[in-house]
Amino acid sequence: MNPIKRLLNLSEKYFTGSGKFNALAPLFDATKTFFFFPSPKTQYVPFVRDSLDLKRFMSFVLISLLPVLIFGIYNTGFQAGIARGESYSFFQTFLLGSRYVLPIIIVSYAVGFFWEIVFASIRKHKISEGFLVTGLLFPLTLPATIPLWQVAIGISFGVVIGKEVFGGTGRNFLNPALTGRAFLFFSYPVSMSGDVWVAAGSAAVDGFSGATALSILAPEGEKITTALSNSGFTLSNLFFGLVPGSIGETSALCCIIGAVFLIITKIANFRIIIGGITGLIVTSIIFYLIPGGSDSWMNAGPLFHLCAGGFLFGIFFMATDPVSAPGTNPGRWIFGFLIGFLTVTIRVVNPAFVEGTMLAILFMNVFAPLLDHIVLKYNASKRIPNV
Amino acid sequence: MSQEKTSYMQIVAKGIWKENPVAYQVLGICSALAVTVKMSTSIVMGIALTLVTAFSSLMISSLRKKIPSNIRIIAELAIISSLVIVTDQILKAFFYDISKQLSIFVGLIITNCIVLGRAEAFALANKPLDSFFDGIGNGLGYSLVLVTVAFLRELLGSGKFFGFNIIPQFIFDAGYQNMGLMVLAPGAFFIIGLLVWLKNSLPGISKEER
Repeated sequence: MNPIKRLLNLSEKYFTGSGKFNALAPLFDATKTFFFFPSPKTQYVPFVRDSLDLKRFMSFVLISLLPVLIFGIYNTGFQAGIARGESYSFFQTFLLGSRYVLPIIIVSYAVGFFWEIVFASIRKHKISEGFLVTGLLFPLTLPATIPLWQVAIGISFGVVIGKEVFGGTGRNFLNPALTGRAFLFFSYPVSMSGDVWVAAGSAAVDGFSGATALSILAPEGEKITTALSNSGFTLSNLFFGLVPGSIGETSALCCIIGAVFLIITKIANFRIIIGGITGLIVTSIIFYLIPGGSDSWMNAGPLFHLCAGGFLFGIFFMATDPVSAPGTNPGRWIFGFLIGFLTVTIRVVNPAFVEGTMLAILFMNVFAPLLDHIVLKYNASKRIPNV
Repeated sequence: MSQEKTSYMQIVAKGIWKENPVAYQVLGICSALAVTVKMSTSIVMGIALTLVTAFSSLMISSLRKKIPSNIRIIAELAIISSLVIVTDQILKAFFYDISKQLSIFVGLIITNCIVLGRAEAFALANKPLDSFFDGIGNGLGYSLVLVTVAFLRELLGSGKFFGFNIIPQFIFDAGYQNMGLMVLAPGAFFIIGLLVWLKNSLPGISKEER
């Protein structure tokens, strides 16, 4: 018998029945099913057997996040190197990035699991695997320089208010990771946006600004695309992702790699993704055609809107969350399209928020049940009555 | 006599805790969001509302047999708005600064659901003194929630208590930041929601009452 299984079997008696740590039974169960296939079988109809249970489902999302995560760590090191004004080798960059990113991820998982265990113990249900994804998605949406206690507060808010008060995984109508980020965004705007990298290096270089692409405004009489290129935000830079920004969102390429995996394994619904990208392209073309505003993001055109900021990350990994997205196919198309539309609209029209993806997704999450309701009503009205 | 006194106490206690207007009846939320950024404004608002509710309940209850039921809302509003105007003028005369900060919200006590709600639900069917104490109890219950929310919002949002900085500088130096969300109205929503959750999960409250 392998040692992990022996250890689990030995300690099982403490966690079941009248054992000492009965209150922590959910923790034991979560550990056990993390290593082994859960042994209890379906007891009630329908007897559908599928090896793709919630835990496998969530681990697929984690795999798809790996490229984004690894690139995020490298890019963090790269930006920190620029901010310090030194150049490092590949491995040094990677190590420097890990020093920033890994503590954030560890804090996010530790605090989040703490709340999960608390609620699972009080409500006497199993610890749900949904948090595996939330705990990794949340750090990836944060800037690398954020203080760790803010990470802890943010993930607490996301898990407790965004998910557990509504009944836990499967009953949350908002994406928990984005709820936590929105909380931090409105609570601590200084750490969440603005020139985050300048404060990071102790010996910051003069003239280096850590502003993200979306906060760039062109000088009078210059086109926004030219101004972006002058600040180092060329289209290829934005696509490959060696630019300042939140940890996971900078590289469009890595997001696409993850998304292709999710679509092939049918974890993410392609309708939301295609709908979202269509919405973004159509809206940004409309804004492009409106005369004037050539020095703002209004005139940036679809490609820049697609690659800059967190839109691709959001639409691939956040909007496709099966719980908070609509459950009907027409609903998914509309949901995605409106996310794209709102993202561009917020970026262009609202001067207070340079990045609209988070607000657009949260806003549409609220509307998802309504979309489903409308689609169901429409379908019901198409039936032949009283046959 | 002594028995009557306990019944007044019970009416007041019911308004403050068991049937708290904000946490149980979910009335008066709008002003609870608007005036709770600072302790000082919320205390003044609480006192103003307590007095208005108490005296309007007293008057409406003493007139309850004279008011024809089909125009009772108009009659109630006439009484309430006269009281609110008096309160507003007193505030303007003696507490001008706070009156300016409360701005329109003193005038909006007229539309505060608690005042009309107590008039409709209690004063029209009970004796004047009972209604007076019911108004006091509900006003105090409202003030209790207001002051709690304002305390948390002022402490977390701007690090102050009655306008004095109470979070020492070395904590800011260590990286602490004020929670900007608490200054915005949604912060009050979250706090009120959490307070209701806390109240309902305290022992001694049965499932049916939730």
